[in-house]
Amino acid sequence: MIPATPELLKTADGRPLREALVAAQARSKRKAFLLVFPLLVFVLLTFLIPIGYMLKRSFEHDGLSKSSPTLTAWFQANPEFDHMNPPEGAFAALVTDLAQMQADKNTGMAGTRINYTVPGSISLFKKGAREAGDMQPPFKEAMLKLDPAWGDPALWYGMESAASKWTTDFYLVAADRKLTATGWERGDDKQRIYLYLFFKTFLVSGIITLICMLLAFPVAHLLAVLPMSKSSLLMILVLLPFWTSLLVRTTAWMALLQEQGIVNDALVALGVISNEGRLSMMYNMTGTIVAMTHVLLPFMILPLYSVMRVIPPSYARAARSLGATSWTTFRRIYLPQTLPGIAAGSLLVFILAVGYYITPALVGGAEGQLISNLISFHMSKSNWSLAAALAAMLLAAILLLYWIYDRLVGIDRLKLG
Amino acid sequence: MKKILILSTALTGFAFAANADITVMSWGGAYGEAQTEAFVKPFVAATGKATIMVDSDNPAPAIKAMVEAGNVTVDVASVEYADGIRLCDEGMLEPIDVASLPAAPDGTPAADDFLPGAVTECAVSTDIWANVYGYDTTKFADAAPATAADFFDQAKFPGKRGLHKSAKAVLEFALIGDGVPVADVYAVLSTPEGVDRAFAKLDSIKADVVWWEAGSQAPQLLADGEVVMTTAYNGRLFAAAMNEGKPFQIVWDGQVYENEMFVVPKGAPNKADAMEFIAFATSTEGLRASAQQISYGPARKSSMAEEIIYKDGKTVMAPHLPTAPANLTNALLSSAEFWVDHDAELNERFQAWLSQ
Repeated sequence: MIPATPELLKTADGRPLREALVAAQARSKRKAFLLVFPLLVFVLLTFLIPIGYMLKRSFEHDGLSKSSPTLTAWFQANPEFDHMNPPEGAFAALVTDLAQMQADKNTGMAGTRINYTVPGSISLFKKGAREAGDMQPPFKEAMLKLDPAWGDPALWYGMESAASKWTTDFYLVAADRKLTATGWERGDDKQRIYLYLFFKTFLVSGIITLICMLLAFPVAHLLAVLPMSKSSLLMILVLLPFWTSLLVRTTAWMALLQEQGIVNDALVALGVISNEGRLSMMYNMTGTIVAMTHVLLPFMILPLYSVMRVIPPSYARAARSLGATSWTTFRRIYLPQTLPGIAAGSLLVFILAVGYYITPALVGGAEGQLISNLISFHMSKSNWSLAAALAAMLLAAILLLYWIYDRLVGIDRLKLG
Repeated sequence: MKKILILSTALTGFAFAANADITVMSWGGAYGEAQTEAFVKPFVAATGKATIMVDSDNPAPAIKAMVEAGNVTVDVASVEYADGIRLCDEGMLEPIDVASLPAAPDGTPAADDFLPGAVTECAVSTDIWANVYGYDTTKFADAAPATAADFFDQAKFPGKRGLHKSAKAVLEFALIGDGVPVADVYAVLSTPEGVDRAFAKLDSIKADVVWWEAGSQAPQLLADGEVVMTTAYNGRLFAAAMNEGKPFQIVWDGQVYENEMFVVPKGAPNKADAMEFIAFATSTEGLRASAQQISYGPARKSSMAEEIIYKDGKTVMAPHLPTAPANLTNALLSSAEFWVDHDAELNERFQAWLSQ
């Protein structure tokens, strides 16, 4: 018979079992958390904070805003002024700020900020700031007399935008927009570069991923089916380049493929090509694709191998015994089982390829440049905000691809090894 | 973020500070070596102040990052002329008083002894270097290239060209090669038509160009036979010819030269020592010593009063320096004013042109 009010189960020391269980679980949770805590801090410090900082940087630049309080106030009070013909008040505010900048010695920062969107502004600001202290009203006339460029509508659009520390200017530049007399517009063909390079980067990465897949598949299969003694030798051959420095591998390709290189020398010696008709395989797109495919190949082989190793050979044998041709067996039995490996390898190779820059920089010449080379270029030119904006766009594009991939293939089907 | 940056750089800074009083940041390679021999070692011997040299691909962005993060670990940095002006305008450098620099041995004050423009508000010239082009003498048996125009003449001198992957100096060189007098180059380059003209000239050889980025790549391309002629920093070609016996010949026609500058980043940990180091290095003797190590010219008149001999003990340096009168017949002084304004714009256009 069941009692109406069941007595609570208790532990040996008399506490209710439920309570004791919760306490014990909380304790082990705390322990587990303490164990991962260093890793959490590490990820936070080395990954999330820098990326967050980079994203912030792409929207923030206080080069002008921190030294132009009067102008900023004027822009706020007159949101609808005529850029083609700014009134005297705007020039008066400008002259006040320029004179202060000269005293504080930060004209350069302001000029640099405007120069990002309106080329030629650095020396304009320097000249303006030098004279601003002695200027008498009317300021508009005085400034235009000093340099007619002060009347440029593009400059006023640029200053209006830069007067706030938060800006989307760098994203507009990264999207090939230019500041003109009527505001932001599509740049002319000679200057448009970033969107084209984004497209090219993804195209080249796709090609490299495809070549890697075709090359890695048979190698991984061999690795998986060969007897242990032979497969470990093959594995060393796969891993040896993987352990070699990236620079060494890239330079080795330079020695092989350049015009006076080993491959061309051999072809000339064999009489396949004439001495004048040496092939250009380096410092162009061919060089980039060859070298990057080689560098990234292990990232495709290893996930594929880890998947293929555990595919039972009996499935294929069963298919054959039921009358399937070898092609049908491959297509309907073997290939579908390798898909998680293909998916993981492709994703790895593609994402690595999109962000690569050392190899294209060394072997790519002019046409083998990818978007990461431009990011590094702007870093070296101290235009960090533009570099950050380009990097953020690259990150967004990769996340988008990752999302599409998740919808199409499913991240849970990924098998990295 | 700032705190973390400060913390991490502080740790590195601590490591530096533990064994050195003065940290000098320069470009490494043959150039860094020359500066170590000419400036650092004699300075340590003379003053007993520990000084170390650290390398960078380009010290200017590095010190800018340090100043922005609020923790500077470098006392002296070697930067390009335009960067010395730009960083100074942005308030990232300590001003240098020209009166604090030592006078010439004959008593001429430093302000008059230095060549015009060699001392700016925040920077002092350490040497004058040039963008020149050189060729492999074994490739041109009959007629050798002699002018800037010859560099672009594929009919007369067929073969691949090496060019610096940068708008600066390359656009000027293209215009000079197209027949623009050196005096007019920046006036032409300031107009949209002039920029188009420079790119059109580059278009004429674009298919045959191998682009280089690091200074050491240029002589390497020439040595590998990958190109028959290439632009380069003159000191690199000279070093390859002298030290490795390469058959390289420099063409001085159309050279674009500029000053390399020592600067002190704002907030340098040993500012007073840094100023002392700069005064020592840019003295008449210091600049002479540097020119004995690498073929970049001294920016003081008094340094060239006596003949400068290369470190091998026999080669007279004068004809190998960008500042030699014979080398200056058709030469262009790189305009910092122009590049401070147009660097971003023209390099963007250059990159767009490259990838077309």
